[in-house]
Amino acid sequence: MLFLSQCINGLQLGSIYALVALGYSMVYGIIRLLNFAHGDVIMIGAYIALLTIGAGVNPALAVVLTILGCVFISVLIERVAYRPLRSAPRISLLITAIGISLLLQNLAQLLFSANTRPYPGAAIIPTKALRLGALSLSLSTIVTILVSVGAMTALHLLIQKTRIGKAMRAVSEDTGAAQLMGIDINKVISVTFAIGAALAGMGSVLFCCRYPIVNPNIGSMLGLKAFVAAVLGGIGSIPGAVVGGFAIGFAEVLVTALGFSAWTDAVVFVILIVVLLFKPAGLLGRGVAEKV
Amino acid sequence: MKQTVTKVVALVLAMVLVFSFVACSGNDEKTEANTETTETTAAGTIKVGVLAPLTGAVAEYGNAVNNGVVMYVEELNANGGINGKQIELVTYDEEGDAVKAVTGYGALVDQGVVAIIGDVTTGPTVAVVVESQADGTPMITASATAASVTCEIGADGAVTRVYENMFRSCFIDPFQGEKMAAFAVEELGAKTAAVMVNTGLDYSTGCADSFKAQAAAIGLEIVAEESYSADAVDFQGQLTNIAAKNPDVLFIPDYYSVVALMAPQAAAAGLKTTLLGSDGWDTVLDVVTDPALIDGAYYCSGYSTSDTREEVQTFVKNYEAKYGATPNMFAAQAYDAAMIMAAALEKAEASGAAAGSDEYKAAIIAALDATDMDCVTGHVTYDEYNNPQKSAAIINIKDGAANYWGNY
Repeated sequence: MLFLSQCINGLQLGSIYALVALGYSMVYGIIRLLNFAHGDVIMIGAYIALLTIGAGVNPALAVVLTILGCVFISVLIERVAYRPLRSAPRISLLITAIGISLLLQNLAQLLFSANTRPYPGAAIIPTKALRLGALSLSLSTIVTILVSVGAMTALHLLIQKTRIGKAMRAVSEDTGAAQLMGIDINKVISVTFAIGAALAGMGSVLFCCRYPIVNPNIGSMLGLKAFVAAVLGGIGSIPGAVVGGFAIGFAEVLVTALGFSAWTDAVVFVILIVVLLFKPAGLLGRGVAEKV
Repeated sequence: MKQTVTKVVALVLAMVLVFSFVACSGNDEKTEANTETTETTAAGTIKVGVLAPLTGAVAEYGNAVNNGVVMYVEELNANGGINGKQIELVTYDEEGDAVKAVTGYGALVDQGVVAIIGDVTTGPTVAVVVESQADGTPMITASATAASVTCEIGADGAVTRVYENMFRSCFIDPFQGEKMAAFAVEELGAKTAAVMVNTGLDYSTGCADSFKAQAAAIGLEIVAEESYSADAVDFQGQLTNIAAKNPDVLFIPDYYSVVALMAPQAAAAGLKTTLLGSDGWDTVLDVVTDPALIDGAYYCSGYSTSDTREEVQTFVKNYEAKYGATPNMFAAQAYDAAMIMAAALEKAEASGAAAGSDEYKAAIIAALDATDMDCVTGHVTYDEYNNPQKSAAIINIKDGAANYWGNY
């Protein structure tokens, strides 16, 4: 029974990592950018929900506003910070992403102060626990798992079955050729950022309902862990991000369950190092020969 | 390849340029500050530094400390200061970062402060104390509770050296852990206990170690010990393990925001046990989403607003009038720190030594050692390790309020 409880804990944690890792992987797949600002967009989303619900907005509407807010910020960042660097070396893009991440954190500190505030998670998902015998399952866990799996399925269908999905795959495969075939690269990239940000918005709501405090730093560790998940699964690969997310979630809980709770973070980052050393393309990533 | 080298060189040169600009402007500020010091010293003020995190993750503590100090100094200055000299506070925001705190210490000393009130949290305070051994500026912290703040502790846990210039107005981590273990056994009748430790926080490991040592001494069985890292938000795995052991009490020595994260997860893990906390739990009710989650918990604190002593009630009334908020433990301890330091400065001034000289510093330290006064958080005298001797207030969370249980 203890083992089963811990499995559910792993599933719950993994589904949030997977949702966030998807955002990393999608953007990387299209423009080869590690968008380190992704975790901070989640933090901004948390503040949007906090402030709108605080102002008396209906919680369901607040969730929609959170997702729209994340999409708006992300597309704006892409437009202002990343698009002018489209032809610049990839390292410039990476440094810009780190800069945006710091900018968002400090901006949040300036606007909302550094103080930790409670997140009105109970207004969005009631804090109820389902009891199945000795097993206790909180409502937020169930919702998290369901929403994550739903969002991932929808994303998969979008990429495989729609015109825009086909365009995304084409841009990912060969940007230059896609452009020659008449695909509007800028539009495809904007849509990719928007979808990634919508996933971040959902992740923000689910994450904060589960871990109900908000401060300007909540996005950084989550972002790092999700990044490790994306690399483990094979960065750029959509199913890889999902597999990686769940693997990291389970690894953390497994280490804790075995009684080595002090080692959870160490194990996560050792996984990153081992993957980078022995299988840089990740579990499901394609090995691509670097053009030198 | 050659192009890359050129680019790297260009980048390095650009960085050097930027840094030299920063360094230059820094120097300018310093010179200005120094001139300012000479002018004000001539006007007959005593400069006291305040080192605290006014922004950043622990800003809530830093601001409370700063408020307490400012309030005492304003009261003192309004009453004529020290022998007619006004105290001028020089404040430095170290953002809760040990490296910035050490920089801040240097900046304050450069600006001619004769004593420092600070730092606020344990990590940066220890860093500053080690740095201060070179010039021995007298310091008092209102809130750094680790044993290693006022003395160097060897690997075997024994004191190898006392930092003569460092004092505090709060009680220490080992004291809190011991108190809570004894309280659990004597007042709550606990037989088994579990501990959750933040391995990235000296404060947390210090409290947990002394809790375990005391538990072993008085026959409280530790059935589970789990740990987590400083940035962790998920404790579900650890709490599930603890719930399976079903201990009578669970000791969580950490700050309020972690407790707020842990509370709903503990409920989800099916944990039904009395939670015990340390003084970092102060203001936890402002952050926790549902007070029912921590109902019945006990934590120790440096003081309680429900204490009926005149010092406490006057302090609370004046603080509320000035800041429009109820003073927390940090503000009270900071008020005391300022009071203790001001009394020592008065004796040092009376000794006739030149401000900032070694004799002056020695006079402040001798006066601090001899402290024997009634403060807001209790009657304070110092032991040989510069730690105050006083009792802890136990706070009980019940029906969404933090109630004063009594002194223990």
